[in-house]
Amino acid sequence: MSDRKLDEETGVETTGHSWDGIEELNNPLPRWWLWTLYITIIWGIGYTIAYPAWPMISGATAGMKEWSTRGNVAQDIASHQEQNAELVTALLAAEMTVLREDADLNRYAVARGGAVFRAQCSQCHGSGAAGAVGYPNLLDNDWLWGGSMEAIIHTVRHGVRNDTDDDAHYSEMPAFADLLEKEEIAATIEYVLSLSKQEHDQTLVPIGAELFADNCSSCHGDAGLGDPDMGAPNLADAIWLYGGNRDALSYTIENARFGVMPAWGQRLSEEDVRAVSAYVHALGGGE
Amino acid sequence: MSQDPAPALYAAQEPVFPRKVKGFFRTFKWWIMAVTLGIYYLTPWLRWDRGPNLPDQAVLIDMANRRFYFFWIEIWSHEFYFVAGLLIMAGLGLFLFTSALGRVWCGYTCPQTVWTDLFILVERWIEGDRNARVRLWKGKWILNKWRLRLTKWTGWLVIAVATGGAWVFYFADAPTLLSNLINFTAHPAAYITIAILTATTFVFGGFMREQVCIYMCPWPRIQAAMMDPDTITVAYRDWRGEDRKNSEAVKAGAPQGDCIDCMACANVCPVGIDIRDGQQMECITCALCIDACDDVMAKIGKPRGLIDYLALSDEEAERAGAQPKPIWKHVLRPRTLFYTALWAAIGAGLVFALFIRSDIELTVSPERNPTYVLQSDGSIRNIYDVRLRNKLGDDRRFHLNLTSNEILRIELEGKDHVLWIDVPADTTVLQRVYITARPQDPAASIESTALRIWVEDLESGASASQSTIFNGRKSQ
Repeated sequence: MSDRKLDEETGVETTGHSWDGIEELNNPLPRWWLWTLYITIIWGIGYTIAYPAWPMISGATAGMKEWSTRGNVAQDIASHQEQNAELVTALLAAEMTVLREDADLNRYAVARGGAVFRAQCSQCHGSGAAGAVGYPNLLDNDWLWGGSMEAIIHTVRHGVRNDTDDDAHYSEMPAFADLLEKEEIAATIEYVLSLSKQEHDQTLVPIGAELFADNCSSCHGDAGLGDPDMGAPNLADAIWLYGGNRDALSYTIENARFGVMPAWGQRLSEEDVRAVSAYVHALGGGE
Repeated sequence: MSQDPAPALYAAQEPVFPRKVKGFFRTFKWWIMAVTLGIYYLTPWLRWDRGPNLPDQAVLIDMANRRFYFFWIEIWSHEFYFVAGLLIMAGLGLFLFTSALGRVWCGYTCPQTVWTDLFILVERWIEGDRNARVRLWKGKWILNKWRLRLTKWTGWLVIAVATGGAWVFYFADAPTLLSNLINFTAHPAAYITIAILTATTFVFGGFMREQVCIYMCPWPRIQAAMMDPDTITVAYRDWRGEDRKNSEAVKAGAPQGDCIDCMACANVCPVGIDIRDGQQMECITCALCIDACDDVMAKIGKPRGLIDYLALSDEEAERAGAQPKPIWKHVLRPRTLFYTALWAAIGAGLVFALFIRSDIELTVSPERNPTYVLQSDGSIRNIYDVRLRNKLGDDRRFHLNLTSNEILRIELEGKDHVLWIDVPADTTVLQRVYITARPQDPAASIESTALRIWVEDLESGASASQSTIFNGRKSQ
């Protein structure tokens, strides 16, 4: 204690550290402060016993309360499911074609379907359901497989061109590169362009029309209006899944292009299939 | 080494035993207490008929539905600026009163003052006046002291529970909540709120009292910035009172002033100061010392006002032998007029906003993912999320239209060929709206077209609109 220094003004021991002649007093911590520290230490020990805390080789100690954030979420989900149980029952029993008439149930179905859509469907159809080249836009009034509520439910449930569901939609178009000459394909393209009132070469249209009647009209129809039963697109409208210009049409005719879609009836619950169908139906193109 | 003790950072509470006092200001304060407490306790029980779909409580803060009801006014959460405006007015009002009349808020209407006053009243009923209370305080904890103390605390507790209880009635239907509270079926939040407010009322009103004003409340510190020499405060006319009776100077033969050193002013003071020491931080200008001194002056045949409401400038004038300024000159000054003008301007703005607001509202958010949809016939469709608010207590039918544009076609999702939506009472409904331009319309090909969506209640004629844009093929 030989180097113990006392401050002249207050008589309090100093730390001996001096800055510009000002020395720091070595006042003891206030007792309330110290006690607060001790209490937090005790609290901390208790906390590590009660809650997940100590890191181990794999994972951490579970804690006596066996609390986890994952468990919290599971609880939240369970409580929401309980709250929605009545609406889910109603949705499962609902006649989907007249769902709109029950405003509350419709609102629930569309909201639930929106959540399903964003999780399961947006990867291909886009988060706004506007689709992309090769992935149908669900906002418009053009439907490959029909836009009524029943047709949408069927498409969602069974999907398109998949091996898992026998009721999946299946469309077929030959690759015409092996069946027609290049010139014939070019003439057909001019005819198809004329169907949708795009700029085209008049002179080739009669030849194209004949080729179309022989090769295409069985699926796309005489006037090129398509057939939703076969998934044959309407060629006389403004909407082109793979593009409507000469290059895109030529590629499509030569190689044939198809889309695929999983059978969601096998992956989603029945209420989710109904909900996402209600959502898609309410996007603007529902018939 | 100096022996001066370091100044203590902690001051123990000095017990204060305010004596009973009678007089003009005391009577005035009783009236203010009755009115303010009456407003506080009774307001939740006032009824106001708003029809079958809305609550009938005159003043109700409905947190669950995010509504605030005040008699004929209903405020939705997005109109909270009305409340903000009222709070700003309350702040400016305090500035105004403080700059003109000093701490009148503290002395008369502050809840801390009102409830402390009430608690002191109860204390006096049970334990007697100042002298009896001092004796009791000094006395041993014998049976009688326990009996009086417990009775007093019970009385305080009853007031405290009523205070905490009244608060929760502002947030739910009062009669229903009261019966739920008694049946123990009310929400735990109600009980917890009552418990917290009971505890704070009991402790602040019964035990902490002036400590709250001196150490906890920020307002007295802020008030210093509002006050100037023309601000009216409570002051002691020392030039008239000194030298006081028991002073060394008088004992030495100096002429005696009006102050007879009876200590009445200090004994009635609820914050435990002696006003004769001059204006002090602790003084809440409750004016009880004025009453006490006037009473004594009357008894000894001297004019009233030895302690009085006085501005600092008046003190200086009187001390120099001049006449003090009339009251109105203290009150009507550029500073107070400025505060009044500001206060009134905000008030007028709020009233104006209240009268022009519509009972029908819409917000339009255009869908931007994607900005437009190409339809099979080549027409261009835009999608809008339209939120329609019915702010009345009846179900209403709202009609939508596009008056600014005759060419574009408007449709509603889920509605076949109709352009109206039924919006239930006091709710917001989200409606998906489609606007379509035919392929040959200019709107379909150019980048964007300005348009305005209108909503109208054909029955009442009320309408609202919002401008938005229509994106054509060239957008993105």
